[in-house]
Amino acid sequence: MNRYLLGRLWQSLVTLLLATIVVFLGVRALPGDPALALAGEDRDPESLRAIREQYGLDDSLIVQFWQFVSHALRGDLGVSIRTGESVVSMLKSALPVTMELSALAILVASVLGVGAGVVAAVRRGRPAEWAANALALLGLSVPNFWLGLMAILYLSVALGLFPASGFVPFFTDPIANLHHLVLPALILGTGLAAVIMRQTRSSMLDALSADYIRTAEAKGLPSSAVIGRHALRNSLIVVITIVGLQLGALISGAVVTERIFALPGFGKLTVDAVFQRDYPVIQAVVLVTATAYIMINLLVDLLYSVIDPRIRVRGEV
Amino acid sequence: MAIADVTVTAGMPLASRRRKVLRRMLRNPLAITGLVVLGIAVLLAVFAPWIAPHEPTETHLDLAFAPPGTPGYLLGTDDLGRDVLSRIMFGLRASLHVGLLAVATSLVVGIPLGLMAGYFRAIDALISRFTDLVLAFPFLILAVGLAAIRGASLGNAAIAIGIAQIPGVIRIVRSETLRLKSLDFVSAAIVEGAGDPWVLGRHILPNAASVIIVQATVAIPAAILGEAVLSFLGLGIQPPAPSLGTMLSDAQQFAARAPWAAVMPGLAIMLLTLAFNIVGDSLRDALDPKASRR
Repeated sequence: MNRYLLGRLWQSLVTLLLATIVVFLGVRALPGDPALALAGEDRDPESLRAIREQYGLDDSLIVQFWQFVSHALRGDLGVSIRTGESVVSMLKSALPVTMELSALAILVASVLGVGAGVVAAVRRGRPAEWAANALALLGLSVPNFWLGLMAILYLSVALGLFPASGFVPFFTDPIANLHHLVLPALILGTGLAAVIMRQTRSSMLDALSADYIRTAEAKGLPSSAVIGRHALRNSLIVVITIVGLQLGALISGAVVTERIFALPGFGKLTVDAVFQRDYPVIQAVVLVTATAYIMINLLVDLLYSVIDPRIRVRGEV
Repeated sequence: MAIADVTVTAGMPLASRRRKVLRRMLRNPLAITGLVVLGIAVLLAVFAPWIAPHEPTETHLDLAFAPPGTPGYLLGTDDLGRDVLSRIMFGLRASLHVGLLAVATSLVVGIPLGLMAGYFRAIDALISRFTDLVLAFPFLILAVGLAAIRGASLGNAAIAIGIAQIPGVIRIVRSETLRLKSLDFVSAAIVEGAGDPWVLGRHILPNAASVIIVQATVAIPAAILGEAVLSFLGLGIQPPAPSLGTMLSDAQQFAARAPWAAVMPGLAIMLLTLAFNIVGDSLRDALDPKASRR
């Protein structure tokens, strides 16, 4: 492993530690007695004492933090104060829904974004470029939850093309599962598609004016082969970069999209937890999101340096 | 992001450079359209209390679900007979309020940190860790945390969005500072014996202003969309105060019966953010004509 990758790994660990401290202190920053908040409705002195004991609230902050981290590392994120269910098992049922939704959205966004970006670059100055640019601008400006509402109103309710809400697990019925997720994935993917389109367009324009493309054309390669082979290869890097940069927006977008389409995922878990003041769940949700964000970005950087060795070199300077 | 053109004009007096940029921008018809739409939206929002046909919270149960075009209710009414047009005007007010508050927050924190990160090598790494940390919490998760700790409100929504935008400001100000620091006029000032605060405030910040302005024009529409999302989820502005986001979440319940109540507020958000994005894009092109010609 070279120095760049080690450094990157170290940075991620430091960030993860800091994020854990922030989450830990956030719960302690709750107004009033955390035991009261954690107890929910059940407020007799006996159970308050039990909670103090369980969470070690009378210990010093350092001890409490160590407890928190060691529990989290063992996969113990506490128990929901609303349902009594373990938070980890709630996450286990919610996360696959969100991961499938996000993966589909990234797929949709990549296909649309790269396609439109290539068209815009190749058809420079023609109506096709103008249309692709206008669509990208619209994609950046339209609130995707509103687009979701409109899609439900006109495509699901009026035309009956898609189910308006609900979810079927993939392994129960793959076709029904996809049928339920097509519309949410399209909606979640619009903003991402717009960003990918803009980036693809500008990197394609760079690539098309590069010497090796002119050489390829001079050799008499048909332009479709030139575009397909040389220029599209770069689009993989574009997509990976954008997904890394837009991950926060994607996670936020997934929460809203799930809310609109009533999907039983991470977003629903999050929003419900806030309204029910279910602090152990909120704490877990924030911690899991931060961890996922840091890990995926690390992965993106590693992938990136595998695909494009120049990054590695630059990182070492 | 190409910054070549700014380098070329860096020696010019700032005032004449700004006039040139403005002239270039006003030659672009799309930019003018964006500015006009933005101007109308701002006027509607600022003067809403005086020009709105109705109070935004005034209910007329006998007039519920009046379609657009009903006399006195140009864009129709919602389930409680509230005037959609008046609520949109007040909603725009709330959107701009949150948008400006959030971006102001991110600039106030981000600009000094970005300047320091770019200027003093010693604290660059420290600020980078801070940036990484903030980035690890997507704005919605930040808003969830803030709402859990301090309750849901317009101010907390703006703070959550503002915090989430700080890393973007730091990154842009830092790279601009790094670039400016290496230019001759800054070195000259340092050789003349100017102190760090003087160099940063007098030479670097004014020259970084255009990049910061472009960043802000992109950040405001993002913040406006963020507010709409948070209010839609119930984590932002609390009813009955009108917000475009809460209007949409209300309208979700009766969208099939009164589609206008769901269509209009969304169109308003879209026009507002579209206008901001167009102005931001054309401002960037005007500042950097080479990039747009590519």
